[in-house]
Amino acid sequence: MSTALQEPEVKETPNYLNAEYGWKSWLFTKDHKRIAVLYLISISIMFALGGVFAMLIRLEMLTPAGDLFNSDTYNKIFTMHGVVMVFFFLIPSIPATLGNFILPMAIGAKDLAFPRINLLSWYIYVVGALFALAAIVMGGVDTGWTFYTPFSTTYSNTFVITAAVGVFISGFSSITTGLNFIVTVHKMRAPGMTWGRLPLFVWANYATSLIQVLGTPVVAITLALVGLERGFHIGIFDPAIGGDPILFQHMFWFYSHPAVYIMILPGMGVISELVTCFSRKGVFGYSFIAGSSLGIAIIGFLVWGHHMFVTGMSMYAGLYFSLLTMLVAVPSAIKVFNWTATMFRGSISYETPMLYAFGFIGLFTIGGLTGLFLGTLGLDVHLTDTYFVVAHFHYVMVGGMVVAYLGGLHFWWPKITGKMYPEGWGKFSALLVFAGFNLTFFPQFITGYLGQPRRYHAYAPEFQVLNVMSTAGASVLGLGFVIPLVYLLWSLKYGKPAGNNPWGAKGLEWETTSPPPTFNFEETPVVTEEVYAYAKHGEVEVG
Amino acid sequence: MPELPLWPEAASKVATDVDHLYIYISLVSVVMTVLIFATIFIFAVKYRRRSESEVPQPIHGSLRLEITWSIIPFLVMLTFFWWGAKIYFYNAVPPPNSMDVYVVGKQWMWKLQYPGGQREINELHVPIGQPVKLTLASEDVIHSFFIPALRIKHDVVPGHYDTMWFTADKPGRYHLFCAEYCGTEHSGMVGWVTVMSPADYQNWLAGGGSSGSMAQQGERLFEQLGCSGCHLLDRQGRGPMLRGMYGSHVQLAGGGTALVDDAYIRESILNPNAKITAGYKPNVMPSFQGQLSEEQILQLVVYVKSLGNANAPGAPAAASTAAAPAQGGKQ
Repeated sequence: MSTALQEPEVKETPNYLNAEYGWKSWLFTKDHKRIAVLYLISISIMFALGGVFAMLIRLEMLTPAGDLFNSDTYNKIFTMHGVVMVFFFLIPSIPATLGNFILPMAIGAKDLAFPRINLLSWYIYVVGALFALAAIVMGGVDTGWTFYTPFSTTYSNTFVITAAVGVFISGFSSITTGLNFIVTVHKMRAPGMTWGRLPLFVWANYATSLIQVLGTPVVAITLALVGLERGFHIGIFDPAIGGDPILFQHMFWFYSHPAVYIMILPGMGVISELVTCFSRKGVFGYSFIAGSSLGIAIIGFLVWGHHMFVTGMSMYAGLYFSLLTMLVAVPSAIKVFNWTATMFRGSISYETPMLYAFGFIGLFTIGGLTGLFLGTLGLDVHLTDTYFVVAHFHYVMVGGMVVAYLGGLHFWWPKITGKMYPEGWGKFSALLVFAGFNLTFFPQFITGYLGQPRRYHAYAPEFQVLNVMSTAGASVLGLGFVIPLVYLLWSLKYGKPAGNNPWGAKGLEWETTSPPPTFNFEETPVVTEEVYAYAKHGEVEVG
Repeated sequence: MPELPLWPEAASKVATDVDHLYIYISLVSVVMTVLIFATIFIFAVKYRRRSESEVPQPIHGSLRLEITWSIIPFLVMLTFFWWGAKIYFYNAVPPPNSMDVYVVGKQWMWKLQYPGGQREINELHVPIGQPVKLTLASEDVIHSFFIPALRIKHDVVPGHYDTMWFTADKPGRYHLFCAEYCGTEHSGMVGWVTVMSPADYQNWLAGGGSSGSMAQQGERLFEQLGCSGCHLLDRQGRGPMLRGMYGSHVQLAGGGTALVDDAYIRESILNPNAKITAGYKPNVMPSFQGQLSEEQILQLVVYVKSLGNANAPGAPAAASTAAAPAQGGKQ
């Protein structure tokens, strides 16, 4: 006790975490970094919830008979898995957490353009999530996350409107975040931070924001129409009262296909940062990677009909959507090739974030290529609505987005918390995620081609072996997600101090202290060099 | 040992085509994936960081490379597109000599009826080598009629008819699944497609009881519902004469023409004012919306069809002379 008095007090540098204390300082904060942390906590809760539903699905799938839950319960479980994961985890995941935290710093700004709207977006998200949770607690929803009509409007006896209201509300948080990012990137860049010097993570979030602002209103309108038909029997989608059920699918996918790019583009942005940093090398084809994000954002709006090849749409419309689906694959391929080329003659190290980046490139490549199977008309007729589709989009959404999110979280964790995570555990769980993921989802390509339909509570006995593999893989994958949760929390208290720039990374966010001060920089930085100028000063400073 | 099939059975030419396309795209994908994986692996090993102080020189890019790895993959993808579109177009148009089967999806069963009047639930029997055209209707929500062994499926959307067709060429019993999520017992909306030799199929058709062909059942409905009071068989009445009308283009009261097909007949029963034939008044015929099941509407459609096709004038009403009808699902 006495020694504490004798030794000089170690004074923490002022930062956004110790600037203020108390719950009010968090709930009324306008600091983009604190809001990012609020989002991080919220989406982690939703991810855990969605993960529990996923495990329940896999447990039921252990046996062909529907013997663990009854059919209605199973239908609610996969619906809520989808709703929670898509709308309350994947869509906000990277933009609202890592984007919120890093984007202003990466362009040398003190905050986002509209700090109050940023806080508002979190509150909107929470209200939306509470509606979704209310729908779950009251008894669940059984429409599938796609809310297909007329099942959702006329036939389902579950809490469709409550869940739809939750999704509707959370959409506004997505719109406001997107708006905030767009204005910030246009107006708040530091002197010298030209468009050609923007980090690729910023470009990716910018492209994502465009989709969020332009696309989200459409799904909001669509869900509002579902509510009108369900609540007031106004005939829009149900043919029994004069509606058209296919109209719903057009409107839903007009948003929900671009939403796939809302989910994956920010992940691609993270990977560009990781590959350059851990190759210690400028990116190959900067303008092609940046431009391909915009290309995906634009072409992504024109391909929605590939979800509807077997609905009886005109075969000429099918041609158009199939061709554009092939076209939208090109910008994704460009990114993969450029990341690979960036590693050429680099100085590659294998820290946890880079392992996730390797994993991303591999899994996303498989996810993207299997998307081409589904974009191919005659083949999609067989594959659509089978487990092949389930496997494909999990390769993109989990193998791509979640892996990129974890990579980014490990990469910026030292910046966010000022602490290092334990590297050994990090590598171990990255390998678990990779192995568990492949074991879970690769067999589903096979069951899908065999014809196992998705959303089946009970299935034909010959699919069992592959389903057991899938469930085993899911257990490993689950462990791969739980371990980082434990050691990241552990590191808050026991992690080694990170220093300003533990990776020797380029980018303005690494020039400030960790954790950063409330307004990010002591002085507004002036940018004088190109992005990823690793070779600029000859040597890299680490520490 | 438990069963572990890795490849589905193929029971039609289309199925084999789809398999070839699948194998082709898989091979291209495997080559691409292996190339990318191997390159990354080689780079990761060869260019691993050897000292903390090394700083590699950046390579800013190469327009020639960018163009190459954009154009070549796109050209390869165009071959996927082309092949897939060919199969899709082939699947879209049933040949004229197709045998009709009528399918109604409802939560949670498939109800099928043959022109001869035979009915089945969750079972479809077809002969090999014979094109079969399914007309699909839904009583409630969207379903999807999926036969993995034939590599085809089609959504069954309430409010209108969809069609799909196939020619099975390998006898056997194959899964029939509902592929579009449709509520509680979605995974119970399954059945079997039995592909038989033509002789076995004729035997199967001949078995069972009788309640008349679909056209005869439709004709009875036509009488019961009072349709025959206005739609006379030998001259124009208050409504158009239906004999020989199927397949023709009728002039509409509001201008334009309409093709008299299954969809037009269905619409005219449920929403008679939608497309009034020129020379007739609106609001004469009541709507039968909500009064007829999709099965009954299909019987009426088949009846109207049996009154002669405009494209084959004088052709006998084939359906009423069909083979001995049967009742109920048989094995």
